[in-house]
Amino acid sequence: MIKDKFNEMLALPNDSKQKTIFVALAACLVCSVLVSFAAVALKPMQEANKAFDKKRNILQIAGLMEEGKSVDELFKQIEPRVVNVETGEYVDDVDAATYDQRKASNDPAQNVLISADNDIAGIKRRAKYASVYLVKDGDAVKSYILPIKGYGLWSTLYGFIALEADAKTVVGLGYYEHAETPGLGGEVDNPGWKAKWIGKQVYGPDNQVMIDVVKGAVDPASKTAIYEVDGLSGATLTSVGVENMLHYWLGEQGFTTYLNKVRATGGES
Amino acid sequence: MKLSPEAKHNLLDPLIGNNPITLQILGICSALAVTTSLKTALLMSMALTLVTAFSGASISAIRNHIPGSIRIIVQMTIIASLVIVVDQLLKAFAYDTAKQLSVFVGLIITNCIVMGRAEAYAMKNPPGLSFLDGIGNGLGYSLILIVVAFFRELFGAGSLMGYQILPLTTEGGWYQSNGMLLLPPSAFFIIGIMIWVIRTYQPEQNEAPDFVIHESHSHSAGESH
Repeated sequence: MIKDKFNEMLALPNDSKQKTIFVALAACLVCSVLVSFAAVALKPMQEANKAFDKKRNILQIAGLMEEGKSVDELFKQIEPRVVNVETGEYVDDVDAATYDQRKASNDPAQNVLISADNDIAGIKRRAKYASVYLVKDGDAVKSYILPIKGYGLWSTLYGFIALEADAKTVVGLGYYEHAETPGLGGEVDNPGWKAKWIGKQVYGPDNQVMIDVVKGAVDPASKTAIYEVDGLSGATLTSVGVENMLHYWLGEQGFTTYLNKVRATGGES
Repeated sequence: MKLSPEAKHNLLDPLIGNNPITLQILGICSALAVTTSLKTALLMSMALTLVTAFSGASISAIRNHIPGSIRIIVQMTIIASLVIVVDQLLKAFAYDTAKQLSVFVGLIITNCIVMGRAEAYAMKNPPGLSFLDGIGNGLGYSLILIVVAFFRELFGAGSLMGYQILPLTTEGGWYQSNGMLLLPPSAFFIIGIMIWVIRTYQPEQNEAPDFVIHESHSHSAGESH
């Protein structure tokens, strides 16, 4: 019966109205089944890839990657926590392992609008809660890994900055997602450049953010050299973007309150 | 398996003789965008070849039933669906490179090669031949992308497939990288040079000029007409 109808439809002249509608609907139906099947069937693998990629990035930025050890095993020394950015307190009623800060920053119920004056990172809104990662050695916190994001030249750069237990000294900085020009702004991924961040100081004597991405090379004799990192040649806007997002995320609007707290309490605020 | 002459022609002709980029001048946009490194170019080539082949085959399979008035949108629906499937597959099996390709896989939908082959070939020929035509054109595109990416990555970043070949001055080596090769215009130059070389060896690719410059009449003193 249905088969007869189907054949009858196919037998119609191609330019008839019924057949046009029939072909359009049939094409849409078949294609949507194909697309949904692929999306649903591959979702678990994609999620696993994403989670794995994030863990690997966190380990790399904290300088914890070791040859021959699995990412999952190494990640055991890292404790994810959720922090209320404004108060600097840990939030315990949110599961840190599954909290998705990026999703939250797009959800009006979970984000805050950043006023244009304060929005130096060019991100417009941020999540109320942020995922931070504590590298633990027994009970003591060895380093803090904080999420950062901000606009470069073409794209928003997503990454992490890791600070030592003093919450001032940089352990590492890196980005896991961006679309800057490969070879120019894309050099934010260059291991040579990333290595220049290690040991730099973020905060000055009055606890203000002093970190500075300078144009050209840092003069090692200068008094402020400890706060300065070489800019990327040919990528002024990306370099400025990196500096701005650090000023935002480590400043009053960002993690200053949290970092003051952990400095006072040694991590367990 | 023995291929019929037509099948062979579909598969091999687009490599040089009827190359989609250098002769048909299609798909230039993505050829500029994804050729800064060899790895992204290879993955993009694979993705495009698959999409062109399967969209050609499926469009050809229903070609006799596609009403003329909606044929472009039917083609687009099929192509777009295949592109989404390829994108999902890449995210599941080649996550790192898929991240670098970002929007460009999605943009295969608007790649003129796919639409061009669907409209020009698959609408008039049987599925098997259309499939081979898609593979052939995909490979022609791949060939150009790989050559362009080879030069851009080697001389722009001093590496190939991410492995450092020429040590850069910024890392203590001797090679001063050529930043311009990493910017889109350089791909234009390389593709232009390739077209020049190919047309030097295959002069039949040169189009007849649209205008013939008239022989000039000399007005110099001493000669009169």
